[in-house]
Amino acid sequence: MKKLNKKFWLGIIVALAFYGIVQVLLTTGIFNDVTRSMLLLVGVNVMLAVSLNLINGITGQFSIGHAGFMSVGAYTSAILTLDYNVPFVLAIIAGGIVAAIFGVLIGMPTLRLNGDYLAIATLGFGEIIRIVLLNTEYVGGASGLSGIPAKTTWTIIFLFTLFTVVLINNFIRSTHGRACLAIRENEIAAEAMGINTTMYKVIAFTIGALFAGMAGGLSAHTFYVITPGSFNFLKSFEILVMVVLGGLGSTAGSIVGAVFVTLLYTYLREFPEWRMIIYSIVLIMMMIFRPSGLLGKTKLNFGKLGKKEAKANGSIDSSTP
Amino acid sequence: MEYFIQQLINGISVGSIYALIALGYTMVYGIIKLINFAHGDVFMVGSFIGLYSARFLANAGLPPVLVLLLSLIISMTMSSLLGITIERLAYKPLRKSTRIAALITAIGVSFLLEYIGVLILGPQAKGFPDIMEKKQYQLFGSSIQVDSNQVMILITTIVLMIILQYIVRYTKTGKAMRAVSFDMEAARLMGINVDRTISATFAIGSALAAAAGVIFGMTYNSVDPLMGVTPGLKAFVAAVLGGIGSIPGALVGGLLLGTVETEISSLGYSSWRDGVAFAVLILILIFKPSGLFGKNVREKV
Repeated sequence: MKKLNKKFWLGIIVALAFYGIVQVLLTTGIFNDVTRSMLLLVGVNVMLAVSLNLINGITGQFSIGHAGFMSVGAYTSAILTLDYNVPFVLAIIAGGIVAAIFGVLIGMPTLRLNGDYLAIATLGFGEIIRIVLLNTEYVGGASGLSGIPAKTTWTIIFLFTLFTVVLINNFIRSTHGRACLAIRENEIAAEAMGINTTMYKVIAFTIGALFAGMAGGLSAHTFYVITPGSFNFLKSFEILVMVVLGGLGSTAGSIVGAVFVTLLYTYLREFPEWRMIIYSIVLIMMMIFRPSGLLGKTKLNFGKLGKKEAKANGSIDSSTP
Repeated sequence: MEYFIQQLINGISVGSIYALIALGYTMVYGIIKLINFAHGDVFMVGSFIGLYSARFLANAGLPPVLVLLLSLIISMTMSSLLGITIERLAYKPLRKSTRIAALITAIGVSFLLEYIGVLILGPQAKGFPDIMEKKQYQLFGSSIQVDSNQVMILITTIVLMIILQYIVRYTKTGKAMRAVSFDMEAARLMGINVDRTISATFAIGSALAAAAGVIFGMTYNSVDPLMGVTPGLKAFVAAVLGGIGSIPGALVGGLLLGTVETEISSLGYSSWRDGVAFAVLILILIFKPSGLFGKNVREKV
């Protein structure tokens, strides 16, 4: 236990050091605006991927409606700051909470389904949320909300991302997290051991939705404009791709996946015609040659990986039996 | 009442397109448990092959019925080759890995087809040639109208369904397909060439999607490289609605979805159409968790 704690604090220190370095680079102007907005995007995507990993990778429930929760958070927080002058951080948290409520409401009925049926039901819910937003005049319909104050800063995004990673990672290591892992490995056996599978599935779903909502709020306050179209099922797929590319079931993997996909996306922007083609070829090649993802389910080994952000996790014990 | 029946007829013709695509989803899923997201894009490719072959054949001066038949056949053949190629190159190496890895690959293949299409054909929509002149028919002297296109869709769908039923029920390949979907390992032990059977499934599914693509082009007169996304997703919903893996399920699911959508649009809520489609799906899944025709598999302990 002591060793684990040491690793935890080491991870936090490494993360804070990373924050400091980037902050210095930003204030001295070595990092330009493009890099800055990319960093914000990385943070948002890390939050999304880590929270989806809790549902898909840890609890083993196949959900592909994450963009729906993201949009709930984005719209809620944007309306709160635009129309009600709620302080920014409070609005983000409120966005997360509303998304979490949606998580409970959607999770209760759908989590009785399993496998691909659950996947299509969550996808359906994500699309229903999008269509409701599309048809609601109050939130601007198809043209969405614009003029959202761009209040997301590197400090804010860093703190929220760190909070997400630490909280979800600690959840995974708690008794409740073990219960979720048990459900992933064998639902029937888990139930036989007295685990309330429905409850834990809903809990995982709700926590995932909570952080997706916060990520949505943060992204809304990064890019001025949100439209229902930016939260369609392709966005959900994108988050799923991050999780799977990184290594399903590993928080560090999700972080690496999110960073990898965001960087790939950003740099491919220079080749607009070839962007999606290269992206899809990378996707197919990755899955054929390394189907378990970049990090797989292995424990993160300190010193082996140069990625500073990945270290923020400390150890993740999700190695499969 | 007449209005309702009119919408029902329109719904059935839209639903037939969904049903044809849904069959491909359901057959592939039934055999290798893969949600083949690239299927909607095979539908797109089929539509484009249909467009170019129809243009070419019409310029050659063939009669309209022959143009339709030939472009259907050309499109179906070439798309089934495409389906087999995709399976060989992208899905076959993944047969031993997790299902989610295969799913991501399918998404990758889907993007690849879409954006190669954009690169070659340009992103703007292209007009589909009028292969046959549209004629309106009055039904039973009432005001209910059926146009020749709808009749053609219905005839094509029914003929293809009969052929499919024949293949699955009575041919050796069909028997092999049923055996493989029942138990792949046991089928292999019994001397069935599993790889060839899977290829055949992809070929048949892609051919049906291509037929749907040609019909779609004739109905809406406009095709573009990203047109496969929405019908593909809808057809997948239809397949799940009917119980994925079940052939009659795909048919019923497609028709049901088409009808519900047209009725919603006719009531003036066309912007809610997709939402209602998903709501129907979720409602059915909540009460029948494996779709309308799905088998309720008992979990083994």
